[in-house]
Amino acid sequence: MSDVRVAGTGLTPFGNSPERTSRDLFAEASIAAFEDSGVPREDVEGVFYGNFMGELSEHQGHQGPLMAEAAGVQAPATRYESACASSGTAVREAVTRIRNGENDVLLVGGAERMTNLGTAGATEALAIAADDLWEVRAGVTFPGAYALMARAYFDEFGGEHEDLAHIAVKNHANALSNEKAQYQSAIEVSDALEAPPVSEPLGLYDACPISDGASALVLTSESYAAEHDLEAPVAITGTGQGGDRMALHDREYLARSPAAREAGAEAYADAGVSAGDVDLAEVHDCFTIAEVLALEALDLEPIGEGITAARDGRTTADGETPINLSGGLKAKGHPVGATGASQIAEVTDLLAGEHPNSDHVADATTGVAHNAGGTVASATVHVLEVME
Amino acid sequence: MSDSEDTVTDAGFDDWLDAAEDGTADYLECPDGHTALPPRRVCPDCGATDLEELALPDTGEIRTFTVTHVPTPAFEEDAPYATAVVDFGPVSLTGQVVGIDVDDVETGLEVELEIATSETTGERVIGLRPA
Ligand SMILES: [Zn+2]
Repeated sequence: MSDVRVAGTGLTPFGNSPERTSRDLFAEASIAAFEDSGVPREDVEGVFYGNFMGELSEHQGHQGPLMAEAAGVQAPATRYESACASSGTAVREAVTRIRNGENDVLLVGGAERMTNLGTAGATEALAIAADDLWEVRAGVTFPGAYALMARAYFDEFGGEHEDLAHIAVKNHANALSNEKAQYQSAIEVSDALEAPPVSEPLGLYDACPISDGASALVLTSESYAAEHDLEAPVAITGTGQGGDRMALHDREYLARSPAAREAGAEAYADAGVSAGDVDLAEVHDCFTIAEVLALEALDLEPIGEGITAARDGRTTADGETPINLSGGLKAKGHPVGATGASQIAEVTDLLAGEHPNSDHVADATTGVAHNAGGTVASATVHVLEVME
Repeated sequence: MSDSEDTVTDAGFDDWLDAAEDGTADYLECPDGHTALPPRRVCPDCGATDLEELALPDTGEIRTFTVTHVPTPAFEEDAPYATAVVDFGPVSLTGQVVGIDVDDVETGLEVELEIATSETTGERVIGLRPA
């Protein structure tokens, strides 16, 4: 199968802009992606757009055509919703379409407006990614669900809150040079340990912030990129998706993510790579424990050992396999529907040498983006490689 | 989401809460022994449609728990509260631990089902009381 070139990437700043509509956010990201790609808007054959809580935050459904319009594209447009994996899913569908030869140029991305809801409102909106009847009505919040997983992890494999704090410290450090990041501030382990509890054992610094923002990618076929002489050295060479039971209590393992393992195995096989080939990854660290579960599911760490990866320096910027050089969801921010495509943008820029943190991975040729929905009842994994 | 007479219930789920209040909560099992909670017509594991209703065991064991300090608006007055995943024999469910100080909740604690009420909304909540 042919590979899919990432011709252009565009991100808004992630952060606190409660007054900005998601159509405005996506317009900004799309302008940046088109400028970066050199692809004319009239060549776009479809828009694949991820969004999670638009009905709740903006009273807006049917966002596909709205976003095509905002981007100045006349093409069919569809919104994908898979909770926090919404735009990862959109990327996967677009990649599949281009590989099948049905399209040559697609605009892909996502947006989320969240901070206008306030903390309580956003907490309520995020909770709908869980089973409403059997989880949310018992008081399960999004941080609460990951806290249930964190305690289960500690009980099964060991580890403690301080290990998780090292993940937050690492991701904040990575975001220092990322001008699009929500937090460009260093923190210490003690800051994380002393922060107020959100859902024990997780505290404020274990959680990603509530964010507004958008991401956009211009994806093209190999042949289109060649014909138009595009500067697009990075390709998506593997895609995978996995699923699991919706409610955490229905899973055999509370401290593992089989959906992400399934997605990762499929993406690795698709790209013809193995975990050992991976030079860097952007993984879905909505909570610090989620980074641990992601590393283990992707075989970047053995089961039960991911907890020490940040503390022992294996995943820091100058470690063996730097994880979340963008700052991750933790420090870059997590405008839910934008996150999956933003990870593809970060990995592309890191591999192309165009990222502020590219110096840490100068020889990198293979990167991975891992996007997860809910308590990982949905997961997508993409492999990106430098082609020339 | 209110107690008014015209509230539309969630068939299967609200019936299960009613049964739990009467001490007759059940779960579903397929011929292959997969288990699930209602409402469900099909076994999520194997697709079997002949699901048998079996009595939920009287007590369960806490598999993991969390104490939530930042709730959704629906539990504003309830926080901090402990939520737990509990194994009732072959089936697991999530509920709020009641009748014990949140600081005393621990993994392995034996609990029984007790339908509780949210202090914030007055809605029914799946409660778990130390057995
Ligand atoms: Zn079955």
